[in-house]
Amino acid sequence: MAAAEKQPVSGAGPFNGLLTWIDQRFPLMDLWYSHLSKYHAPKNFNFWYYFGSLALFVLVLQIVTGIFLTMNYKPDAAQAFASVEYIMREVPAGWWIRYMHSTGASFFFICVYLHMFRGLLYGSYRRPRELLWIVGMLIFLCLMAEAFFGYLLPWGQMSYWGAQVIVNLFGAIPWIGPDLAIWIRGDYVVSDATLNRFFAFHVIAVPLVLLGLVGAHLLALHEVGSSNPDGVEIKNSKDPKSGIPLDSVPFHPYYTVKDTFGVAVFLVVFSIVVFFMPEGGGYFLEANNFIAADPLKTPPHIAPVWYFTPYYSILRATTDEFVRWFLTPGIIAFAALIAWSVKNTAIRAAVGAIAAVLLIGFFTLDAKVWGVVLMGVSVMIFFLLPWLDRCPVKSIRYKGPITKAALAIFVVTFFVLGYLGTESVTAGRTIAAQVGTAVYFAFFLLMPWWSKMDKCKPEPQRVTGK
Amino acid sequence: MKALVLALVLAAPLAAAAEEAVRLDAAPIDPRDVASLQAGARTFVNYCLNCHSASSMRYLKLEEIGLTETQIKDNLLFTADKIGELMNVALSRKDAKDWLGTVPPDLSVIARARGADWLYTYLRSFYRDSESASGWNNMVYERVAMPHVLWTLSGQQELVPQGFKTLEQAEAIARQQKSTWKIETLTPEQAGKDGDRFVLKTLRTKTPGSLSQLEYDLLVRDLVNYMTWMAEPNQLERRQAGYIVVLVLLVLVVLTYLLYKEFWKDVH
Repeated sequence: MAAAEKQPVSGAGPFNGLLTWIDQRFPLMDLWYSHLSKYHAPKNFNFWYYFGSLALFVLVLQIVTGIFLTMNYKPDAAQAFASVEYIMREVPAGWWIRYMHSTGASFFFICVYLHMFRGLLYGSYRRPRELLWIVGMLIFLCLMAEAFFGYLLPWGQMSYWGAQVIVNLFGAIPWIGPDLAIWIRGDYVVSDATLNRFFAFHVIAVPLVLLGLVGAHLLALHEVGSSNPDGVEIKNSKDPKSGIPLDSVPFHPYYTVKDTFGVAVFLVVFSIVVFFMPEGGGYFLEANNFIAADPLKTPPHIAPVWYFTPYYSILRATTDEFVRWFLTPGIIAFAALIAWSVKNTAIRAAVGAIAAVLLIGFFTLDAKVWGVVLMGVSVMIFFLLPWLDRCPVKSIRYKGPITKAALAIFVVTFFVLGYLGTESVTAGRTIAAQVGTAVYFAFFLLMPWWSKMDKCKPEPQRVTGK
Repeated sequence: MKALVLALVLAAPLAAAAEEAVRLDAAPIDPRDVASLQAGARTFVNYCLNCHSASSMRYLKLEEIGLTETQIKDNLLFTADKIGELMNVALSRKDAKDWLGTVPPDLSVIARARGADWLYTYLRSFYRDSESASGWNNMVYERVAMPHVLWTLSGQQELVPQGFKTLEQAEAIARQQKSTWKIETLTPEQAGKDGDRFVLKTLRTKTPGSLSQLEYDLLVRDLVNYMTWMAEPNQLERRQAGYIVVLVLLVLVVLTYLLYKEFWKDVH
């Protein structure tokens, strides 16, 4: 049926016949047009727009290097550490593949964090791209899980004790916690059973979900169309004849060549790390992880890899004092603020009830429980961004001084928390982390108010030059 | 949760202890110095590879630092029969626990875990201590179970504590030291009334060994150089490949940039 209706493919020279044959049996040209050559992207993407395609590139790199690593890696507590060294020494180019994979893990997070920061800068999460943002956040969660499971596999001291600490976080959940932690580990301590299941999650379960979500992310993107640094919708100004947005270029070849250039620059930076500083100053490969896992020797200083440290700082900052002197008054003040701003009685009652439950919780449950809760919320809160931001404009270019200051403070706080998470605890650092935690949550929770108060400039009708 | 709490509890005193950390000497190593690597390999096999294994390292790999198969077989192959074997030791874990109190760690990648400077300082910081089980102690690693295996070469050192009222005074003297030192800070209770709060600890040769101080430092330098090479035998190859890869990629950057500009020249 379809075979008769479809036009033969033209413009592919000697391949016209083959492509026509395929196209009459598979929506090849439809996919090509809708996602590449006739997908119209804004023409004014800047530096920040490289990191989406770079993240995709790193994903492919991780999968390919990962496949080669599994050919020689042994997911066995007795052999795992030695098998990694075997790859490093005896497998031809094994060191290169392994360093690409270990460096790739850190670069994946660098790309994704910059990609997310782009979203914050230009309001990419705003209507109609809320679902796109949510799928992106799910990818981020998957990536965190993937990194966490993968980090156990080298079976070094940091791998082992890092996994022990994180799994034990689940043990802090009231009532079911201890049993849940045993269920996750499959043993009373992190052991061979844990290594085997983490391997299964790392090499197949999570990557499958990740790939599916990345597909959904791209589909959602191509449905709503890309945003741009001006935050104006290019679909509002179309060419009356062709119906193509005036400020757009076809993704292929314009952005395919531009992103190829981006990949080339990325590879230079990436290769400098892989070939000249694969340990990344102790941040990408930690010194302690060159000691084989020993369940009987707890290292004096356990820190997660750098990309988890901001959240880890929030966990450690949540002490009894912090719950009593900051969380308790904070919740009361926040509930009062909502009650003052929202006139709907049902919402007011709900907020009051939630605040009351939390307050009871603060006084009955251990601070460590709230540490785990805050750590979880600090990641999850990004999901709410599309609804927290009440600014009439999307892009930072037209937002006012409050947004600019708030975003700058947030970025500094994120880095400070990240740094503190790599360091051991002292009284001074704990206070710094507590201030950071307070600022971190204030940025998100007070956003509906400060983003509304901000004095924004009018958005232009069309995109401006770079 | 226990581990986390434990980690947090352990981290606190450690942060305090870090304030009296030993100043590490910079190890003057060079992984391209083949003669030094060979000398280090000899010391490693003769002195370390009896209790410590290097189970990721094959004897055959020593060919990469310029040794021939015959040289390896004749001079370095004591605990193995074939050149393709790994550097394992006959010492069982149980015997090691009984005799030394702990299992000596495998040294394949110890240089990546500890760092060359640490190893270089550690191997030169043993001193006589009548209170320890082995009769030895170490400035860098308090109460280490390992006895000073190289003592016939280095001679015996002893600890020299000097008390000071202020940290500045202690540091002023410390800076004149050629070898390792550390400053211990005592609490007012420990120091007693009008006692010295800051103790500068240095080492002094008690009885000389068969090597001079300089010769011994060179021996340790070579050993640490070898251990650093052994921790990543491909490190030179890695850097060499890196120059080529980065150079090729820079060409790719230029080409893709020109392609990008060519395509975009009509977009305004």
